[in-house]
Amino acid sequence: MISIFQNYGGELLYGLGQTLLCSIIALVFALIIGSGFAILEVVPNKFFRVIARVYIEVFRNIPLLVITMFFYVVIPMYIVEISGFASGTIGLILYSSAFIAETVRSGIQSVDPGQMEGARANGLSFWQAMRYIVLPQAFRYVIPPLGNQFINLVKNSSVLAFVAGFDLMYQGNVIASDSLQSMSTYLCVGVLYLILTLPLSYYMRYLEKKLA
Amino acid sequence: MKKIISRIGLLLTLLLMVVSLSACSSAASQKNVLKDDKQTKTITWGVKADTKLFGLMDVRDNQIKGFEIDLAKAMTKQILGKDGKARFIQVTSQTRMPLLRNGNIDAIMATMTITPERAKQVDFSRSYFDAGQAILVKNGSPIKNVKDLNHKGAIVLGVVGSNSVQNIKKFAPKARVLQLSDYSQALTALKSGQGDALTTDNGILYGMSIENPGYSVVGGTFTKEPYGIAVDKGQGQMRDAMNNALTKVENSGQYNKLLYKWFHKVHGFDFKGAER
Amino acid sequence: MLTVLGAYSWINIRFLLEGAWVTILVSVCSIILSYIFGVILGIIRYVEIKYLSAIVGFVIDIIRNLPLILIIFFTYFGLPNIGFKPDPIWASVIAMAVFESAMVAEIVRAGIVSIPVGQMEGARSTGMSYWQALRYIILPQAIKNMIPAIVSQFISLVKDTSLATIIVLPDLMNHAQIIYGQNTNYTIPMFLALAVMYFIVCYSLSLLSQYLDHRLGTAKKSGEVEEVVQGAER
Repeated sequence: MISIFQNYGGELLYGLGQTLLCSIIALVFALIIGSGFAILEVVPNKFFRVIARVYIEVFRNIPLLVITMFFYVVIPMYIVEISGFASGTIGLILYSSAFIAETVRSGIQSVDPGQMEGARANGLSFWQAMRYIVLPQAFRYVIPPLGNQFINLVKNSSVLAFVAGFDLMYQGNVIASDSLQSMSTYLCVGVLYLILTLPLSYYMRYLEKKLA
Repeated sequence: MKKIISRIGLLLTLLLMVVSLSACSSAASQKNVLKDDKQTKTITWGVKADTKLFGLMDVRDNQIKGFEIDLAKAMTKQILGKDGKARFIQVTSQTRMPLLRNGNIDAIMATMTITPERAKQVDFSRSYFDAGQAILVKNGSPIKNVKDLNHKGAIVLGVVGSNSVQNIKKFAPKARVLQLSDYSQALTALKSGQGDALTTDNGILYGMSIENPGYSVVGGTFTKEPYGIAVDKGQGQMRDAMNNALTKVENSGQYNKLLYKWFHKVHGFDFKGAER
Repeated sequence: MLTVLGAYSWINIRFLLEGAWVTILVSVCSIILSYIFGVILGIIRYVEIKYLSAIVGFVIDIIRNLPLILIIFFTYFGLPNIGFKPDPIWASVIAMAVFESAMVAEIVRAGIVSIPVGQMEGARSTGMSYWQALRYIILPQAIKNMIPAIVSQFISLVKDTSLATIIVLPDLMNHAQIIYGQNTNYTIPMFLALAVMYFIVCYSLSLLSQYLDHRLGTAKKSGEVEEVVQGAER
């Protein structure tokens, strides 16, 4: 195992970097898109609620790999070139945004309806009430599950291995075949993933205890 | 603080257990694969199912069909007799070595080139097919041979675990290599425009070209890729049985028949050179 | 237009259905195994047996924080080292069962924790032992609360079987890839078929979850449980 780190340390670290990069980019965009759809789910207008519902149900019930492959294989065939890294990241964004939307929505709905009523009674519009009163409170409920979503993102980023995305798992596959030592390589890869996810997982648990 | 230390201690213990577990694998099982196979009257072959001429999954009946399949069946009959059965497990370039060394399969006949590095981990029979590495490009592409790929910005597609990806780094070091999980994926990626060329052995590429007339093999071969049957290290008896069976199949004319059956449609295939 | 008809020929549809059958087979076996082991492990974690719970907890943490693909590789390539040589189907079942058990264990633990302390106190005060209270009072209520989270986990399981295509599991994803790999024109029809088939299975499961919610009267979840188990949702 040590020999794998010695001989392929550079590639492994590069892969780790790509995994981290992909996860962070995906988190940011998935948060934005997910929150957007979460709000759409609770607006008074039924048309928007339906659209939000459809988006969320579609992307929650289709495998991440299918979405990623669609952007890697189909889109470049007919529309525009998309690299492996990009198609994996886009797939991750769409997939995660659906789950984040549900998380944020339950956060919004956890906020006492009285808050919205009170805000409207004070003359604020729906959107103002959302922005200044409801959402800030909602996000307090939402932080721990979001932390878990980020951990899921890091794990799911391994789908990049299927589309030559140069992430940690891809490097693992390449190194495992190059060195002809599968188990040692994958153990190294596992340790590196744990370095990313385990501390975060413990921190999330600590946060939950604090907020409870 | 105490909790963190005890957690780290636990982690190290677990790590130690896991590492020793992986070291277990090197204690090779002292079994005799040939003897076991003779008892069960079955040889389990690891074969490709994503290469047109050598081994391809037929959607109609869920069977793998190809030159290597037929050759494996013929050799099984030679080794085990008329009622010997050949069992086929689908492998990819990535999964074939671990599966062999773990004992899931008895032998690999999956377009596997004999190389010195691999020979350290497995035992090879003598070569049963002489291929060479080449590249496949879209018709009309400016790439005419492997040297054209040696510039910054060129993208070459390959398969994880094939030695083609290692070779291409020697012939086109400036190109970027994307390694997909198997040939079917790599070809799909080429057709989606994810790369300028696909590199692997010419036999496999010819198969792709037959199925996809818009793509052709260019530039001739730039390496020699002798295919060999791989058996686990230490299974010398199995290896000798393979060599003997191969000789018998060649001498009986079956080899040439199979060669013709699968390769007679291939443009530019050198029959005189390949016949045995 | 003709290519679409060709893509959906009976031969191809049958091939896809054969793949779907493997997907369902692997999913169901994994679900059953991971439910049993997940509940057992979750209880072990909650009950806090001296050293066992800590070790179990640690192993669960490690498994939960690794990508499923890695666990699939460990199972397929690593398990034979200790003598057991699974084919892709059983390797996938085992890998997914291991992964999902860890997930379910965490959900179970959170679910039990969310039951008000008064329940245990009340049960003990009527003369029940700790284990009797656990079995007849606490667990039934906890499981009712956990059902949405567990079913959600199982939906993820069905989707994640698609990852096993890397060890040549002949599932729906793999078969679709084979079909469009051999004929480019079939690519879009195949992706459509993939999306539709996975959607039908997964959405039905989620409707089942909503129905169960309704029947068990847990539609209005306590905010605490939802928060804690939300984290386990993927």
